[in-house]
Amino acid sequence: MSRLFLFLPLVFFVVMALYFGLGLREDPSEIPSQLIDRELPEFDLPPIEGFETGLSNADLAGQVSLLNVFGSWCPPCAIEHPMLMQISRSGVVPVYGVDWKDPPGAGTAWLERNGNPYRRVGDDPDGRLAIDLGITGAPETFIVDRDGRVRYRHVGIITEEVWDGTLRPLVEHLQAEEGA
Amino acid sequence: MIAELGQFALILAFVVALTQSVMTVIGLRTGDAAVHGFARAGAIAQFLLVLTAFGCLTALFAMSDFSALVVAENSHTDKPFIYKLTGVWGNHEGSMLLWGLILTAYTAALAWTVKPVEARLISLTFSVQSLITAAFVAFLLFTSNPFARLWPAPANGQDLNPLLQDPGLASHPPMLYAGYVGFSITFSFAVAALIEGRVDARWARIVRPWALAAWSFLTVGIALGAAWAYYELGWGGWWAWDPVENASLMPWLAGTAFIHSLRVMEKRDTLKAWTILLALVTFSLSLAGTFLVRSGVLTSVHAFAVDPARGVFILAILIGVTGGSLALYGMRASLLRPTGVFSEVSRESTLLINNLFIGAACALVFFGTFYPLFVTTVSDETITVGAPFYNATFNPMMGLLLILVPISGMLAWKRGKLKPVLRKLMPALVAALAAGVIALWIADRTRIAGALGTGLAVWIGLGVLIDLAQRVKLFDIELKASFARAVRLPLGIWGMAVAHFGLAITVFAITGVSAWKQETSGFLMPGQSLDIGGYTVQLDDVRRLEGANYIAEEGQFAISRGQRELGDLVAERRFYPVRQMSTTESAIRTRATGDLYVTIGEPSPERGWPVHLYIYPFAMWLWVGSGVLTLGGVLSIADRGRRSLKARKTAPAKASRDKVGTDTGATA
Repeated sequence: MSRLFLFLPLVFFVVMALYFGLGLREDPSEIPSQLIDRELPEFDLPPIEGFETGLSNADLAGQVSLLNVFGSWCPPCAIEHPMLMQISRSGVVPVYGVDWKDPPGAGTAWLERNGNPYRRVGDDPDGRLAIDLGITGAPETFIVDRDGRVRYRHVGIITEEVWDGTLRPLVEHLQAEEGA
Repeated sequence: MIAELGQFALILAFVVALTQSVMTVIGLRTGDAAVHGFARAGAIAQFLLVLTAFGCLTALFAMSDFSALVVAENSHTDKPFIYKLTGVWGNHEGSMLLWGLILTAYTAALAWTVKPVEARLISLTFSVQSLITAAFVAFLLFTSNPFARLWPAPANGQDLNPLLQDPGLASHPPMLYAGYVGFSITFSFAVAALIEGRVDARWARIVRPWALAAWSFLTVGIALGAAWAYYELGWGGWWAWDPVENASLMPWLAGTAFIHSLRVMEKRDTLKAWTILLALVTFSLSLAGTFLVRSGVLTSVHAFAVDPARGVFILAILIGVTGGSLALYGMRASLLRPTGVFSEVSRESTLLINNLFIGAACALVFFGTFYPLFVTTVSDETITVGAPFYNATFNPMMGLLLILVPISGMLAWKRGKLKPVLRKLMPALVAALAAGVIALWIADRTRIAGALGTGLAVWIGLGVLIDLAQRVKLFDIELKASFARAVRLPLGIWGMAVAHFGLAITVFAITGVSAWKQETSGFLMPGQSLDIGGYTVQLDDVRRLEGANYIAEEGQFAISRGQRELGDLVAERRFYPVRQMSTTESAIRTRATGDLYVTIGEPSPERGWPVHLYIYPFAMWLWVGSGVLTLGGVLSIADRGRRSLKARKTAPAKASRDKVGTDTGATA
């Protein structure tokens, strides 16, 4: 009995390895979202400190929009930020932000420091909406169509290639499709 | 040409490592004594080859040779020279090459320093070590070749991520890797011991300096990472329970348990199977840490690149190393019989409790890190585990453990008495309670955690001092005699005392920084000011200036307290045009009682510059505390116990030599 006991660590490892393996099969940059082609969950987030308006479903209605989840604590978000600024300046699509798991004021400070690409920002300090959206890590970005349905999910940094190669064509396609 | 030379050196290193590993095992089987010399020479050869490869990559970066893919993706001609060099490991391929370099450096260090004792065990260790090297070099060659060429070569590179252009980056990964990889030596020793089916106090004595060295490096590495986050990210956060931070904390916790149980094994020849298991687990967690960062299994802030092929390869290495060693453990650990017995109240038992607590804390971090992955795999839900989870579970667990620290150090081995120890520690207990009450009284009264942390720090710190005073019989005998006793105390005891004192400082600093921090912010035009914690911070002027590869906006602040002028601070916001990124260079006024932390943001034309002020009480002691902690580890390394290795050699060594038959020159 006690000899079998010694194999316990191995058993534990095998279980872990199995999960690692399963986790690997899913390319994290292409995690299919449960939400694809479904409506965004209902939400009504309060504004972050120093801002007057929060973010709710109503704000996104009637237009193709880009919803970006960020946090001031997240270095990749800082890396992604200039790209978001560029997208916002280009005016191709309105950019909305969800400030995820930030202490009060941190998101505001961050936006003041780096510039604010967002038309509106909602505060999600305990990650409620993030859980509903199935966020695995920041930054994460959703393309939402005119009817409020999620059409695409991008995990990780929006690089220039991602924007030019995937997001921008999709946004333009959605705008054309629905405009017609 | 240089790139090809580097690649060739790597291929050779792979061949040498594989050959050495296999030949050593064959040699040991046939009883050929030449095998020991071969194992040592092979270890040094591997190191020189990987060093050559690393030198080649460094040369490519130094010369800004953009025909090399890694250089083109991560460097730029305008980058300051020092960051061209540190950029060598600021990317996936280069950092993995660094990993390999440190791995072979450890093996070579073992070859250089090894004493002619336990030759079989050590040759087996070399064999295991070489196998790990072979696997890692293969990983480099097949999935992350640092010497891949780019054709046509671009005129200039894409520059290194500015967040990484920092002295912190220059030193953080090498230290961290030196910690992770250092545990490969103790791992290989453990596997060798399992193969031999025999482990004893001598094994512990040989392994101890390696374990302590790795632990010390890991401590420094983690502290540097925290410092980098604190100074570079611009919001003073030093620990965020990010998966990758956890990945470095887990081996540290397991390694801490390991060095404690190693001591029990060395002194009392017991807890054998447990110690071996910890050696295996510690390195496995180090590997898992690498796996986490490189494979993208968990999306993390540190991931350089997400590449499933790499993940599969690392998983294969992990299965080979961890799975293989744990299987071996299951088959052979029952051979490792303890000889020492101990009662429920003894230093052994408290160290065992220490181990169980640290083990449980490590399991909590493991759970918190991997549970989200687990949930995603079995269902389509996604959850996150953050600071509240750790505050509610990890912190109390560690708190309970820390209460034991001074008691454990003062209990006798084998059979101890709790009462006299507690009586001696009475002053520490009283002081701790008083400190807690004072903390509640003068600081924020609602922060119970602040009082608890302060009390705990005082308890450990004073406990350590009382322990030392007991050992040198301070005030019981003449001061001179006490001093003489202090000088004669083994370095291991000093190491323990210093490390535990460093722990007390660190606990206090963590308490200060997290329980009593203050922050405020506002828009300022030059001439306007903000108040925080008694300080007045006035924005004097904002200037533009140009750095080597960035443009900066520099805010000059005048600090005062009441009527007293306390000098100027300069905070910067830098913009790196090549990567289109800004970073903040916060201005920090460091005093023993706390840091005043100032950042400046992107201006708005009508409202002025957004300025953020933070006060982090006792932040400086985080770095002092981890420094003292490390010093404790280093002191203990110096206590090689060499005298006792020689003194006690005769009896057990003869027995083992007779059994092994190849342990030449052990009695010299």
